[in-house]
Amino acid sequence: MRGERRGAVQPDGRLPALRSKGRASADLPAQSSIPVRSDADIVLARQKGRELAAALGFGPTDLTLIATAISELARNIVLYAKRGRIVLKGIERNSRRGIMVVARDGGPGIPNVARALQSGFSTSGGLGLGLPGVRRLTDEFDIESAVGRGTTVTVKKWLP
Amino acid sequence: MGVPILRQGHCLIATIQAALTDTDLQGLRDDLVAQVGRYRARGVIIDVTALDVMDSFAVRTLRDIAQMARLRGAETVIVGVQPEVALSMVELGLTLEGVNAALDLEEGLAFLDERTKGASRGEVPRAR
Amino acid sequence: MRAYRSPTPAPTGRSRLARARTGRRSAEPQAAPPARASEAVLLAEIVAHLRQGRTQLRDEWVWRIGEAGLLRAMSQEEIFAEATSVYDNYLDALETGTLEAVQAYAGQLSERIVPRGVETREVVGIVLLLRDVLARSLFAKYRADFQLLNRILDAYEPAANRIATTVAVGFVQERERVIREQQEAIRELSTPVLPVRERLLILPIIGLIDAQRARQLTEQLLRAIRANRAKVVVIDITGVPAMDADVANHLVRTVDASRLQGAKVIVTGLSPEIAQTLVTIGVDLGKMNTVGDLQGGIEEAERLLGYQVVPVPEAKR
Repeated sequence: MRGERRGAVQPDGRLPALRSKGRASADLPAQSSIPVRSDADIVLARQKGRELAAALGFGPTDLTLIATAISELARNIVLYAKRGRIVLKGIERNSRRGIMVVARDGGPGIPNVARALQSGFSTSGGLGLGLPGVRRLTDEFDIESAVGRGTTVTVKKWLP
Repeated sequence: MGVPILRQGHCLIATIQAALTDTDLQGLRDDLVAQVGRYRARGVIIDVTALDVMDSFAVRTLRDIAQMARLRGAETVIVGVQPEVALSMVELGLTLEGVNAALDLEEGLAFLDERTKGASRGEVPRAR
Repeated sequence: MRAYRSPTPAPTGRSRLARARTGRRSAEPQAAPPARASEAVLLAEIVAHLRQGRTQLRDEWVWRIGEAGLLRAMSQEEIFAEATSVYDNYLDALETGTLEAVQAYAGQLSERIVPRGVETREVVGIVLLLRDVLARSLFAKYRADFQLLNRILDAYEPAANRIATTVAVGFVQERERVIREQQEAIRELSTPVLPVRERLLILPIIGLIDAQRARQLTEQLLRAIRANRAKVVVIDITGVPAMDADVANHLVRTVDASRLQGAKVIVTGLSPEIAQTLVTIGVDLGKMNTVGDLQGGIEEAERLLGYQVVPVPEAKR
């Protein structure tokens, strides 16, 4: 199931990126993969996410949006799948940099993804999966889920 | 990692540090509720200035605290929600419904002051 | 440039050997060395020739730029200086086969000329002109040996085209980046938050609100609340032409975020008809304190600010 906000997928340019204004061309920071099993991992995942996003050049508000999205995604893993993984990666498209977060688990899967994505199927009180909210916090949102096999949520946020 | 709770007059003030796990938050809830009872506190201030992220669990726990405190006769105020955190919360659809919020510790104390003084003079506080 | 090619004529009186391993069109009796090596050799020869004619070729290029009416926004000296740099970078890229240097230069050049109003078609134009000037120079030198000329072009064209593309793309990306920045700046300028009296802020919103502007508005408002220790905010939306469910939801979120910082919000300028429409759509306006016009809103705000607890007369207890 694709969220409606899915951006057009383009191959990463083979040319190294033009650096943004005022900064020397730097390699993308290394990607990190965080196993998620307990609530302490939720904190770790969002801290790592914040670090990576800061290294990429995101401003204070975006840092918090990203950390919050990661927190929600990691929490879903802990609550529903018991264990999974959060992968954080710096990405690049057309000289624009961004961050990609992949939340992957081998849990029970989401039976009705469409319903889970409806606004109003909300997290007030911490019920529900908070996916509409995570989608609002990010620029691109993609989810694949199969009952009995697990769920993978991929979100991206781009530098302005 | 326990959250330090101070007493000031009839108020309890809990100051949260940045990296708070779910377990820590639950610990805070239990501590606050116990202390409200023990000290007959009339107000609880939770200072979240240093909290970097307020997600669904944090919001739910804060609401639980406010509810339980109210049952024991204390009013709760959350102070210090940073602009970025407030933005993320509303994007996620999280509201602190039924929980008071004030800008900072000073405002929070003033709010509680107004409330509790009014209560003791027999005045009806304006419904918020 | 392919138009200049004709099919390689068959040699007369010579036995045709099998094609070289690399499959290049060649009628030479000996097996040709692998394409890479011969291409590298050719490129080196090309670069040497272009270096030798540097002054003359660069001047010809600059002249053509003038003739074509390009880079009018720049002075002759500037064009000359940039042309020299581009020329040298071009040759370096041809020689080394790597694009990093060209890309870096293209980025810097674009940063310089985008604010001057140089357009994409001009940048593409001048790079293509350079490619043509150099190609013609190669024709002139190698025209006596048609087969060699073909091999020279085989080596030159792909490299030259990659360079042209790199420069053009670099320019376009820089332009897009600048435009995004400008849009951001305009948005910021267009939403001033006004501290009207102590602890009271007014935010008049004028114009369309999309997700990005809503977010920026909220950010500015929240910072202003903190800086002014505001307890009441009046948001006036009289100047917002289009109000739909999305805009209303943005507004609700702004109100919620403000309340998280201890500020009450009054929304003014919401006509009864629009309010009705929104309620029908299902937008929850209940949480919003709405007043008809700005003046009324300010009065309500002052009331809120000056308001204390309501004393209940003793007798009624």
